[in-house]
Amino acid sequence: MKPGTKLKSTVDDTEVMVIRGTDAVVECGGAPMADEKPAQLGTLNPDFAGGTMMGKRYVDEAGTVELLCVKPGKGSLAIGGVALQIKDAKPLPSSD
Amino acid sequence: MNISLILQMAADADPDRIGLVCDGRRWSYGALYRAAQGAAATIRASECAHVALLDESSEAAAIALFGSALAGIPYVPLNYRLADADLAALLSRIAPALIVGDVARVQKLAPGDGHVVYSRADFVARAEAAADSASLPDEVDEDVAVQLFTSGTTAAPKAALLRHSNLLSYILGTVEFAAASDDEAALVSVPPYHIAGIAALLSSTYAMRRILLLPAFDPDAWLALAASEKATSAFVVPTMLGRIIARLDAGARADISSLRAVAYGGGRMPVEMIDRALDLFPETNFTNAYGLTETSSTIALLGPEEHRAAHRSADAAARARLGSVGKPLPTVEIEIRDEEGRLLPQGERGEIYVRGDQVSGEYKERSALDKDGWFPTRDAGWIDEEGYLFLAGRADDVIIRGGENMSPGEIEDVLLTHPAIADAAAVGVPSVEWGEVVGVAIVPRPGHESPCDDEVRTLVKERLRSSRVPEHILVLEALPYNEMGKLLRREVRTLFKG
Repeated sequence: MKPGTKLKSTVDDTEVMVIRGTDAVVECGGAPMADEKPAQLGTLNPDFAGGTMMGKRYVDEAGTVELLCVKPGKGSLAIGGVALQIKDAKPLPSSD
Repeated sequence: MNISLILQMAADADPDRIGLVCDGRRWSYGALYRAAQGAAATIRASECAHVALLDESSEAAAIALFGSALAGIPYVPLNYRLADADLAALLSRIAPALIVGDVARVQKLAPGDGHVVYSRADFVARAEAAADSASLPDEVDEDVAVQLFTSGTTAAPKAALLRHSNLLSYILGTVEFAAASDDEAALVSVPPYHIAGIAALLSSTYAMRRILLLPAFDPDAWLALAASEKATSAFVVPTMLGRIIARLDAGARADISSLRAVAYGGGRMPVEMIDRALDLFPETNFTNAYGLTETSSTIALLGPEEHRAAHRSADAAARARLGSVGKPLPTVEIEIRDEEGRLLPQGERGEIYVRGDQVSGEYKERSALDKDGWFPTRDAGWIDEEGYLFLAGRADDVIIRGGENMSPGEIEDVLLTHPAIADAAAVGVPSVEWGEVVGVAIVPRPGHESPCDDEVRTLVKERLRSSRVPEHILVLEALPYNEMGKLLRREVRTLFKG
């Protein structure tokens, strides 16, 4: 996954942009994400239905994958069934 | 990656929210994004190599910035204050360009360069009209988002390239998406061709903080806009802050009680001025931001609590931090190195190097990054025991007398303690014996006699080593600054040649 690549959920409205990536397959709502949103959405897996939040960055445990949610949805993000976590960033005072 | 994502996300999240106010016109994020799409269609149809702005700040700057990104064409805001010959040289370097702003000047200076020129009003009208029919590619290959000509205080302007990935890394690393509440409004008065002007548009749009654009800085207009639109934050360069304080001292009245945060940067802030500002605005959060064009804006900052702690402290080291630019952002690394590029220990003065995703360090002609990705800023500085970064002038400004390096700043700081000296600049003056000797230009405070040469020399000699004592002393009415408040040392040096 090249930085800048957009991935779309196949079971909900979620869209993410890759900030940092590996070859891992990212899932949303329990199903692999794709380059294009399918005409017919699949079924959301209730185990991965925590939802995604717009503008949040999601990372894996090792910090090798970082995704920016650019469209929110009902599914939650995972790699190999392991849920991704919201990246906690210390708020900075605005400098611009 | 593409910075148009910033506006697209804001427009997706809340298309009706007001994102920008300029000259009384209010733009929602939805309207801005539509205009940017229309602008992108116009830009692509022009088949130009660059999109330039030759104008004061207005909505056209935001529409051109995001429109260029959507079109995949580098955006090049130009300094409209440049002299004709200098501007003509830049216009030929970006030809053919779609240029927004001063139509007559482009036609006069670059008639044969193949530029496509629109007035601000025509460009905005066209962008809005073309919004509905705009068909744009999903992805564009161009990775340069913005090209900025450096101010050239030491040499001819260089074309610094900022890639989409640099700017987006900066924004994602420093700004929380849609973090601003409904009432937040940022007053932007820096020119559109300055990195701070670009960063202000990107940061505030991503935070969804309403942007209040002041077309050109004037202290009374600034106070009036801050009061009428209830600005909650502002970015100023030190000269602007000085002029605002002078107006308030002279009795100007404006209710700016809404102003909760002031960030400053872009030039050296005199400690007396920030001290005065902290007294004058006891409830305001001050942030000092240090950054360069080549680093996509801020790389280090001194935050509000640090300002107040330093301001209140009786401890000299803690108080001195008011003169520092704070600590590096968590997303960048900063090192101090000597002339051979070797890492210097804490406390020693050398050249500031920086590394991080937001750091471009790249010019059209060449990249200045070393093999490990470090950018030599040419700024001199040092880091104290708690990690605070202090600036000590430009590395090129170092005066080398008989092999001894000295920073102009240490001499200037001593001169400024004299009650009759309002401003001072120290530069290296060529000398057969020493290579260089110290020359100082001083500006007497109004109503004061300029101190005699012996008095100036004694002052420096008592406080610093004898090598710092100025050989040449000039008394001037004012020092030469550019419009961003940067001292033009090159011009000061020229004065000693006469």
